[in-house]
Amino acid sequence: MSGFFEFFRVDYFDPLIEVASSYAADIDGLIWLVLLLVGFWFLLAQGVFFWFILKYRAQPGRRAEYIDGKKKRHKRWITVPHLLVLVCDVLIIVISFNVWYKIKMDLPDNPDGGVIRVIGQQWAWTFQHPGADRELDTDDDIFMVDELHVENNRTYHFELQSTDVLHSFSVPVWRIKQDAIPGRTITGWFRPTETGEFDVQCAEICGFGHGVMAARVWIEDAETHAAWVAENTPATAAAAMEAAMPTPTVAAAAAPGGHGGH
Amino acid sequence: MVEPAVDLTHGEAHDDHADHGPQGWLKYLWSTDHKVIAMQYMFTGMFMALVGGFMAYVFRMQLAFPGINVPGFGAVSPGEYNALVTNHGTIMIFWVAMPVLLAAFGNYLIPLMIGADDMVFPKINRLSFQVFFVSTIVILASLFVEGGGFAGAWTAYPPLSADSTYNLTDLGSTLWVIGVGLEFVAFLLGGINFITTLMNSRAPGMRAFDVPIVVWMIVVASILFMLSVGPLLAGAIMLIFDQTLGTGFFDPGMGGDPILWQHLFWFFGHPEVYVVLLPAMGVVVEIITTFARKKLFAYRTVIFTIVATGVLSFFVWAHHQFIAGIDPRMANIFTITTLLISVPIAELCFIYIATLYGGSIRLTTPMLWALAFVAEFLIGGVTGIFLGAAGADIYFHDTYFVLAHFHYTFFPIAIIGTFAAFTYWFPKMFGKMMDERLGKIHFWLTIIPFNMIFIPLFVLGMGGQHRRIYNYDQFPDLAGGVFQDMRELATWSLLIMLAAQFIFFYNCWKTARSGPRASKNPWKANSLEWTTESPPPHGNWHHLRMPVVYRGPYEYSVPDREDDYWPQNEPDGAPLQVVDDDTGEQGR
Amino acid sequence: MRPIATTRAATGTATGKLAVWWVLASEVVIFGGLLASYVMFRLGHPEWADAAAVTNTHIGAFNTWVLLTSSLTAVLAHQAAERGDGRKAAKFLYFTIGGAAVFILVKTYEWWYEISHGYTITSNGFWAFYYTAAGLHAFHVIAGAVIMAFVARDAARGRELHRVELIGIYWHFVDIVWIFLFPLLYIAK
Ligand code: HEA
Ligand code: HEA
Ligand code: CUA
Ligand SMILES: [Cu+2]
Repeated sequence: MSGFFEFFRVDYFDPLIEVASSYAADIDGLIWLVLLLVGFWFLLAQGVFFWFILKYRAQPGRRAEYIDGKKKRHKRWITVPHLLVLVCDVLIIVISFNVWYKIKMDLPDNPDGGVIRVIGQQWAWTFQHPGADRELDTDDDIFMVDELHVENNRTYHFELQSTDVLHSFSVPVWRIKQDAIPGRTITGWFRPTETGEFDVQCAEICGFGHGVMAARVWIEDAETHAAWVAENTPATAAAAMEAAMPTPTVAAAAAPGGHGGH
Repeated sequence: MVEPAVDLTHGEAHDDHADHGPQGWLKYLWSTDHKVIAMQYMFTGMFMALVGGFMAYVFRMQLAFPGINVPGFGAVSPGEYNALVTNHGTIMIFWVAMPVLLAAFGNYLIPLMIGADDMVFPKINRLSFQVFFVSTIVILASLFVEGGGFAGAWTAYPPLSADSTYNLTDLGSTLWVIGVGLEFVAFLLGGINFITTLMNSRAPGMRAFDVPIVVWMIVVASILFMLSVGPLLAGAIMLIFDQTLGTGFFDPGMGGDPILWQHLFWFFGHPEVYVVLLPAMGVVVEIITTFARKKLFAYRTVIFTIVATGVLSFFVWAHHQFIAGIDPRMANIFTITTLLISVPIAELCFIYIATLYGGSIRLTTPMLWALAFVAEFLIGGVTGIFLGAAGADIYFHDTYFVLAHFHYTFFPIAIIGTFAAFTYWFPKMFGKMMDERLGKIHFWLTIIPFNMIFIPLFVLGMGGQHRRIYNYDQFPDLAGGVFQDMRELATWSLLIMLAAQFIFFYNCWKTARSGPRASKNPWKANSLEWTTESPPPHGNWHHLRMPVVYRGPYEYSVPDREDDYWPQNEPDGAPLQVVDDDTGEQGR
Repeated sequence: MRPIATTRAATGTATGKLAVWWVLASEVVIFGGLLASYVMFRLGHPEWADAAAVTNTHIGAFNTWVLLTSSLTAVLAHQAAERGDGRKAAKFLYFTIGGAAVFILVKTYEWWYEISHGYTITSNGFWAFYYTAAGLHAFHVIAGAVIMAFVARDAARGRELHRVELIGIYWHFVDIVWIFLFPLLYIAK
């Protein structure tokens, strides 16, 4: 069965946007499948449509036919396609379930990268990295504003929170998106598969500074990541708490080019 | 209109149709005539379309050329950008699509097409417009109050919308909710009229399946609206209380739940998209049957598909919330229902295409608009499937792909469908024939730029561009380069499209001044509105000669008949002239 | 002055009656949305029962009885109107309006009592729903009573007698909404 679904993992959209997580190819594959099925019907419908328009242009002396669509022989031109559309729907539903289950309903256990806490607030992201021990809420946690650092090819869980309004944690290259809701913690996971530096966006309107709620993610290989962790591990727990205070002013967040900075 | 010589008193009714009301322009404000009310709705909607279009112009300029002083507006701050987007969406849906397609054409067409002299409750009808008019003033005023217009997106998700410390638009957000709430009340009042008028006031002889599809569609849309808007009205009350009294319905800190609003909103929001879709679909049926000289393919199936669509539309709402933090198992259920809805809509589209088969197609301006509707709506429809598959929506949610999807549905509906209806019924409404050549130029200069605006936006969406972001310089992966070129292309195309609208207004102006007079039935169509004068007099028909119906509205090209059309009110075998007869005695 | 359209009845049911039913359909979804939201919240917040315990079930029950009685007089008014006795119909309608007045007075007392004891609409979720739902209902009661006054005035002069039935249908609806509100807000503790 899994081989069947493997078939739908593709990266045809790579030229437009990188595939940088383990499940990005699943989503792209699903999109590709929908494109094929729906595209087929779309082209067919448009083709017939324009063909009819050209073919049945009014000509002097020719009268339109009288067809009420009640005869079986006529009706089947509607009923058969509509059953076939239903079949396409079912196929899309099945593949979509599979992708959805993998990304949103299943949580791989024992994430070897650790757990990252992502906190949205007007208008910045705070990332609580687990630090060297890969345990969250310990003294060596690294707090960063609008900067997320992860190690390539490791599985992470994330805990998504918001302190004020709705935000949405979106990393297009990972194909991940999840709304953050005040008062709740939402868990999810990702596994980066390509090193580089990419956009993190806020995908839910959250007020004045929604447009500048930009962050960056650095996907690093093991050495670089270790070096980053070493460099940023706070000396004491107190220092860690200091860093936890995000820059709250509008002005700081709204300054042009203010991404990733603090 | 020639008054018949017959003594009216024997028709026991006193002359109901003489205007006893106020005179002059007041007559228009206080008229209960469904046609006047239709015009009021239409011109308000047309004005609001220009307001919404202007907003699109301002924020598209900002997106293409971040930071410039937009001519006619000035520099756009992030807050203003959000307010413009929010009110653009709100206005285009609630003050353009609904008033024009549903209220204006509903008001104009329902009585005329079912052979009645007015709506059953003319005063409620007038009240409906008056409430709508107040709502228009409220929404426009909300743009100018301190703090600016509401800037929390047309979906108004709390907590952002519920608390002015978050949204920074204290008065603006409250006025926005009040405006939208009043608009709903106006359409509830109007809808009751539409539904009961169709149910009870059809011309003698007109059975349910003799009613023109557009009337069916408008009435089904009104029912959908009526049955879905209630929870949102309740939600609006809660939201206003949250904003002004400090209750916590949607505030998690006070035991409330922000997701509740999303359910209430989308429970209405999704049926709402079919509320505007159906009237446009109906308009298209009238036009393609007329200009293809064809009987509608499978009339009854059309009715069944719209009812099926309507019923299903109540069970798909959470596809807007796949990643909003709802139970992920729910997503699976809503994926199924969402994809199922493609079946009746596909069927409708196929029926339209089948109707063209074997026709004798004349590409007049209204026909061009109607055909363009089908071609463009298909793009909007099929892209909905990408979003309906929850797995793919993880990526697409709140990107420009969604945006392009719904502009490919809304634009065909609210702009293309409206122009189709407007140009088709213009001779009836104003008694003049529009200029076909100008109409076609306007058509092409609207359609081509339309595609050039939104196809780039599809690509941007696939590239990961999110909605409601005022400046992409913040996002290195998406700033500059080809992406920015596409943003500029979209904006330039919009400028062309907006400029093209002057052709339309010039055409209207020219036609009003010097256009040729329209006969009763310039398109040689079957439905009843074409059997009275253009424009119809007060009361639509002389009250002693109200039409009687003998057949359905799509009897075009019936074999063994000389004419290729057969008006609904023409008795079997009778010569056509009787319909045009003005003497009154042989009327029916 | 009536358009011909109003005098037709293709369905065989009077248009006014049809309209009232459609109005009620839209009202049902408004209250339905509100009450469904309340029930969902209530299930998620067992602690709201404490707040609900403050409401006075006896007063609520009395008001239920008042509304039911006023519905009865609305029915009697309808019967009188059917017989063409406008004067009598009007009299019964005035009784109904009296019921509405009693209901609102009792409600005012209740709210005054609760508010003065510190239970306001912002106190917590229960009270927010309590005041919103009961307030929306009370608004319907008042609106109904006002319309009824006009209908009664006409009926007393023997005019528009069919409207007695229409306002009656509406009144039963207002009654039924209360029959949902009463257990949900008062009895469930
Ligand atoms: C009138 C407007 C309109 C219409 C008609 C539709 C029609 C559809 N919409 Fe759309 N939609 C909107 C307006 C509309 N939508 C708006 C405004 C939003 C965004 C709101 C916001 O967030 O601001 C939105 C958003 C939206 C989302 C949420 C996206 C997100 O935010 O993440 C989804 C997800 O399922 C969706 C799906 C659909 C589907 C499945 C249809 C279907 O009805 C389409 C059915 C039609 C067809 C499928 C075409 C014909 C069929 C064929 C040619 C056969 C081939 C088909 C198959 C093989 C399946 N829409
Ligand atoms: C009916 C709905 C409708 C219509 C027609 C349009 C029309 C247009 N829309 Fe809009 N749009 C929305 C509904 C609509 N939109 C919604 C719901 C949103 C989401 C809001 C949100 O996020 O909260 C949105 C958001 C939105 C955005 C996203 C902004 C962002 O997220 O940052 C953009 C960006 O380009 C955009 C562009 C445009 C453009 C260029 C047009 C152009 O097509 C406009 C051109 C207009 C005209 C050319 C007017 C012509 C009409 C007449 C002349 C009147 C004729 C009348 C009669 C004959 C009676 N729209
Ligand atoms: Cu945070 Cu948008
Ligand atoms: Cu939807």
